[in-house]
Amino acid sequence: MSTNITNMLYLVTIVTFILALRFLSSPAHARRGNQIGAAGMILAVVVTWIKVGTTSWWAIVIGMLIGGGFGAVAARRVKMTAMPQMVALFNGVGGGAAALIALAELHRILPAPGSPKVDISVAIALSALIGSISFSGSMIAFAKLQELIGGRPITYPGQQIVNALVFLTGAGAGVALVAGVQDEWLLWVLIGAAFLFGVLFVLPIGGADMPVVISLLNAFTGIAVAAGGFELENNVLIVAGMLVGASGTLLTLMMGKAMNRSIANVLFGAFGQVTAEAAATAAGGTGSVRPTTADDVGVMLAYAQKVVIVPGYGMAVAQAQHDVRALADLLEARGVEVTYAVHPVAGRMPGHMNVLLAEANVPYTALKEMDEANAEFGRTDVSLIIGANDVVNPDARNNPQSPIYGMPILNVDESKAVIVLKRSMNPGFAGIDNPLFLEPNTMMLFGDAKESVAKLTAAVKAL
Amino acid sequence: MSHNTLLVFEVTILVLAIFLGFEVISKVPALLHTPLMSGTNAIHGIVIVGAMIVLGQPDKSTFMWIIGFAAVVLASANVVGGFVVTDRMLEMFKKKPTKPADAPQDGKGT
Repeated sequence: MSTNITNMLYLVTIVTFILALRFLSSPAHARRGNQIGAAGMILAVVVTWIKVGTTSWWAIVIGMLIGGGFGAVAARRVKMTAMPQMVALFNGVGGGAAALIALAELHRILPAPGSPKVDISVAIALSALIGSISFSGSMIAFAKLQELIGGRPITYPGQQIVNALVFLTGAGAGVALVAGVQDEWLLWVLIGAAFLFGVLFVLPIGGADMPVVISLLNAFTGIAVAAGGFELENNVLIVAGMLVGASGTLLTLMMGKAMNRSIANVLFGAFGQVTAEAAATAAGGTGSVRPTTADDVGVMLAYAQKVVIVPGYGMAVAQAQHDVRALADLLEARGVEVTYAVHPVAGRMPGHMNVLLAEANVPYTALKEMDEANAEFGRTDVSLIIGANDVVNPDARNNPQSPIYGMPILNVDESKAVIVLKRSMNPGFAGIDNPLFLEPNTMMLFGDAKESVAKLTAAVKAL
Repeated sequence: MSHNTLLVFEVTILVLAIFLGFEVISKVPALLHTPLMSGTNAIHGIVIVGAMIVLGQPDKSTFMWIIGFAAVVLASANVVGGFVVTDRMLEMFKKKPTKPADAPQDGKGT
């Protein structure tokens, strides 16, 4: 097959990827888009297959069976609540593959007389650096989300300096490589330092900031793949990789905006340390915590006109989404209007709550984004907060001392009554006190989210 | 095409891809941000093409064998896992809910 025909067929693949992303603008045809993208991917693999010819075809098949088999089984078996770590894992292996390709390309061109062309060595250094960071960073994110290691920020003195030194080592090796020092060991140093940097830079980041980190790592892998396209002079890698790079970057910026924090602040601002003093000044609010019972809340819900459910990571942890749906069904059967208010950074990845509620068969028309939801709290009788904390914290509006001051929140305190389902009075993942719990129209229903919702359902049924 | 002409051409499509990416992604609602992430994850699985090219080179050293093979394994996990997970997710987004078997239909209006 001539190069021209190959590239024309790759162009078809590129078009299918663009369509796949375009179709994601509405849930009605998003699935078809994904299938079109998958078809384009198969086309690209077949075209490459023919291009490569018979060389090592069996090794390619075996590799694909192993990797693809693992991917298919893992993707089919994973629970929807474990989706963030699954996405992190698949993202990481892609970054790892890009770094390996850089290593192989350098190994191939180095023995040739004359130094490699500058643009090629820039691409090799970039894709090795970014790909390795993405690989190890994603693995740490996976381990944190899977709770193999603690989700809380891990900090130590001099952390920023250590991170900077490690990064500069990797970047320095990259610069030397581009400057024409022909030594493969440089690339090993670069990969090793980048790998270590990926670990070090994700470790101190707390669970609540995961949506930012995951989208950033997603962008990294895309950019590493695009750089790989320059190494191999392959258009489909450049375009597809960069589409992902742009998408991940945009999502990262959106998440930062939704938290009113700069990306640098999320990545390098030791969030846990600011909190202690700010919490101290914020505490001492008026009012006291008012615990309530499932029966009382059941009555309130059953005779309300409009109930808004605000889900957070606690709902995911308790796997309560099906019970929530059952309760909502029951209320709707009684004529209560039930909607869901979803904050952009609720959960551990962008859009996390929407996927869980969709899994529980909640129609997507009932899932309201922040602006739409905030317009409705004024005429809401009961806001039911299930495992959310920081995204409903009024301190973000009122208390300039608070570390989350300025973050757009769901204004649940505007509704007539607020019921907070919470395990205990422990502060949320960001470790910040929430004055919402002390407000006169707030009541607390303590206990595991899943059990509490089940009790509420029983209480409403008994009426 | 000389190397430099090719490079300019490649940079051109790279820049166009950035703008196209921003344009297309900004139309995706927050509702679908998770499928967007896993969908773009699947798309960067295109790295499999590069992995196949590396492993498919003639006259490889043992080192290249190992690197190429590992790259193919990782990239195929990325591609297959990415598309399957995205499909599973998008399948769940429905406008009109289908009643699951475990939904409490008996408790209506009691």
